[in-house]
Amino acid sequence: MEVKKIIIAGNPNVGKSVIFNALTGSYATVSNYPGTTVEVFRGNARINGQEYEVIDTPGMYSFVPVTEEERVARNIIFSEKPFVVVHVLDAKNIERMLPFTLQLIEAGLPVILVLNIMDEAERLGIKLNTKLLEEELGVPVLTAIGTMGQGLANLKGKIADYKTTESRKYIVRYEPRLEEFIEKSPFGRLNSLLLLQEDTEIVAKLLEENKPAAKIALKDIEELKKKYSKPLSYLIALERQVAASAILDKAGVNKGRQMGSFAERVSRLTMSTFGGYFILFLVLYFGLYEFVGKLGAGVFVDFLEKTVFDRNIIPPVTNFIEHALPWRIAQDLFVHEYGLVTLGLRYAFAIILPIVATFFFVFAIIEDTGYLPRLAMLIDRVFKKMGLSGRAVIPMVLGLGCGTMATMVTRTLSTKRERLIATLLLALAIPCSAQLGVIMAMLSGLPVILAIWLVVINVVFITAGVLSSKILPGEPPVFFMEVPPLRFPKISNLFVKTYTRMEWYIKEVIPVFLIVSVAMWAADHSHLLAFLIRTVEYPLKTLGLPGNTATIFIMGFFRRDYGAAGLFDMQRAGLLTHNQILVAIVVMTLFLPCIAQLIMMIKERKLGTALALTGVVTVVSFAAGFVVNFILNIFKITL
Amino acid sequence: MISQKTEEVLEKLYIEIVEQMKKGLTHTALKIKEEGPEHTELLKKKLTLLKDGLFKLTKEGEVEARDVVRRHRLAERLLTDVFDMKGVCVHDSACEFEHILHRGIDEQICRLLGHPTTCPHGTKIPEGKCCKEKGIKDVRVIAPLTLVKPGEKGKISYIQAEDKNKLQTIMAMGILPGMDISLLQNFPSYLFKVGNSQFAVDENIAKDVYVRLIK
Repeated sequence: MEVKKIIIAGNPNVGKSVIFNALTGSYATVSNYPGTTVEVFRGNARINGQEYEVIDTPGMYSFVPVTEEERVARNIIFSEKPFVVVHVLDAKNIERMLPFTLQLIEAGLPVILVLNIMDEAERLGIKLNTKLLEEELGVPVLTAIGTMGQGLANLKGKIADYKTTESRKYIVRYEPRLEEFIEKSPFGRLNSLLLLQEDTEIVAKLLEENKPAAKIALKDIEELKKKYSKPLSYLIALERQVAASAILDKAGVNKGRQMGSFAERVSRLTMSTFGGYFILFLVLYFGLYEFVGKLGAGVFVDFLEKTVFDRNIIPPVTNFIEHALPWRIAQDLFVHEYGLVTLGLRYAFAIILPIVATFFFVFAIIEDTGYLPRLAMLIDRVFKKMGLSGRAVIPMVLGLGCGTMATMVTRTLSTKRERLIATLLLALAIPCSAQLGVIMAMLSGLPVILAIWLVVINVVFITAGVLSSKILPGEPPVFFMEVPPLRFPKISNLFVKTYTRMEWYIKEVIPVFLIVSVAMWAADHSHLLAFLIRTVEYPLKTLGLPGNTATIFIMGFFRRDYGAAGLFDMQRAGLLTHNQILVAIVVMTLFLPCIAQLIMMIKERKLGTALALTGVVTVVSFAAGFVVNFILNIFKITL
Repeated sequence: MISQKTEEVLEKLYIEIVEQMKKGLTHTALKIKEEGPEHTELLKKKLTLLKDGLFKLTKEGEVEARDVVRRHRLAERLLTDVFDMKGVCVHDSACEFEHILHRGIDEQICRLLGHPTTCPHGTKIPEGKCCKEKGIKDVRVIAPLTLVKPGEKGKISYIQAEDKNKLQTIMAMGILPGMDISLLQNFPSYLFKVGNSQFAVDENIAKDVYVRLIK
């Protein structure tokens, strides 16, 4: 027998993932901004001894999708044949979100309505009578405060007791002429409504299934359109809203009053022109520079590397291996220059991990307070010049953590053009946290180089953006975003989220690190490395870099952070001049994304596009390094 | 002064020749008599040319005709948005209105309505001089969000988006006519509140959301 499915659906940023986590005991990322969940998450739940599959979907505003992840969410609801659909909404915005409940009900889906975030609604004086709402809607209704676990037992109970009731497909009655069309149409109420709203996907699907009937229907719609001055989708949305408001009136919902709270004042400050940029500066300075740069890349790396690895792990391991394995070549696999332990594990755990961990922690705080949508609102004007909307700030900032994750998040952008530009910029000019941390550590005593590096990267970022928005065809993007209230992060969520991302990162990174170690070892012993080094050496020398950076760039192809860590090593060994440091980190920052990001690019943007982007990135990174070196030489500048 | 009947004829000529790209219109199409009073006025005032039985607009005629069309469509907006009239009634009343709204008054009404760019049926309202120098200082009853001052409140009157996806985007957020709205900020992006949620949008969306202001 098939397992019963529970689908969690609703508007963005209403707490669907919190409820998913509570039902399944697993962890889907929870944040305070619309669009945290971009993939479908599946988990299992046991309620009253019965096994269920629980599906968490990305947020959507209505059945007619605007963005990619809304499309994904809708298709899940249509294709999975759920036992129940748990519609989660933000109680303080019930009037605006109830129309979606009506859509679910009129689609004949088995709905349970959860009025979530009741604490904020109550603070606004909103009172909701679930009994009356249940009568009006004909579906189970309950209140909850997901983050505090309130109402979840009740939800489980309602799921366990759920019985399919009579269908309320006619909960909203539309204009007589539209109703007449729906009545006549052979496609059923749901599909007919979507046809009226000119949903391209449904139109295509129905044309394929039943061409003659679909053609007639489309012709009828053309006729109908002429009878109204407004688009049909507008009329439908309006009537649904009227129906929702009427239900709320009958159910005696108190709409609450306004309060100017302290959080509201802070919120406005983050979005005002001066206050906003000042707060942005504080976030960058304390979050990135002090916390990730100094604490993560400084204190933690120092401790793990010098105390843990150099003193307590590497000597005994080397000693043990040298005694246990008599052959030099076998010893080299584990220790010495390219050994698994000395290179792979040390880089992964002592250098990269502390940096990534501190970044993810800071990022979690930024996410959970609700700062990101505010930043998006501040920066939209600037991003428009690069063909992006303010919304793209979310993948960009996330890219400062991990470009692979960020490439996946470009899904939340609404046009193909925007997604392409964002993918390019992520691959080119957004260094990931591991890279950034290492670079910060390298440049901590060299403020001039740090400043030049910042300028160069920003120039490349802006130029690449502006150029691609000029070259790529398509409409300029439109910016809209719901701005959630500023909230205090829940400490436990910060830790769980950081931990989950670390776990993801380790699973992703450690195998690559180890494989790279082995590959380097093999290449070293087969003289392949020497050959590769000779090949790469030449272009590097034209950039004024010493020959032995070749190894680092070869490793950097596998993971940028790996390469950066190699540079860090060389700098500490005093093998690089300041000019060389600048050129090397410029190229390394702009250079090819790591293998994981490349794979994600292929997955999200298709092979051809991904390879083209990679080509552009390679050329631009070396060209930028060349130009920087050229300018330094011409003006005989020694940094 | 051009007579009301002739203005009606001009309106028809503008719609069919300038907007629908027809070559010209015959007496029958215009429902006027050969050598009748309108016929005479059109030619005497050099509003049209008559060639091979087809009326065509002259430069001056087009200016006058455009003005009539503009007044008609502004009147329609006024009747639907401010007086809440619906349906056929709007069209007929607007036909009468257009003759009363003489120059100056139409600009006042245009300001009052926030310089709308389309009539309630979705066709373009020809731009007037006032639309070029539109500003927040005007006396406004209805205004697009771009002409609302931060701190002002109102009810959403209508959403005018030619682009289907954009309209879908706005509607999906639950921003629909009849909802209470207040503008919080207009720089660097527009920030407004509907119900208990705040939204940030760019100028592109803000210019399509028309608000009936509440003082």
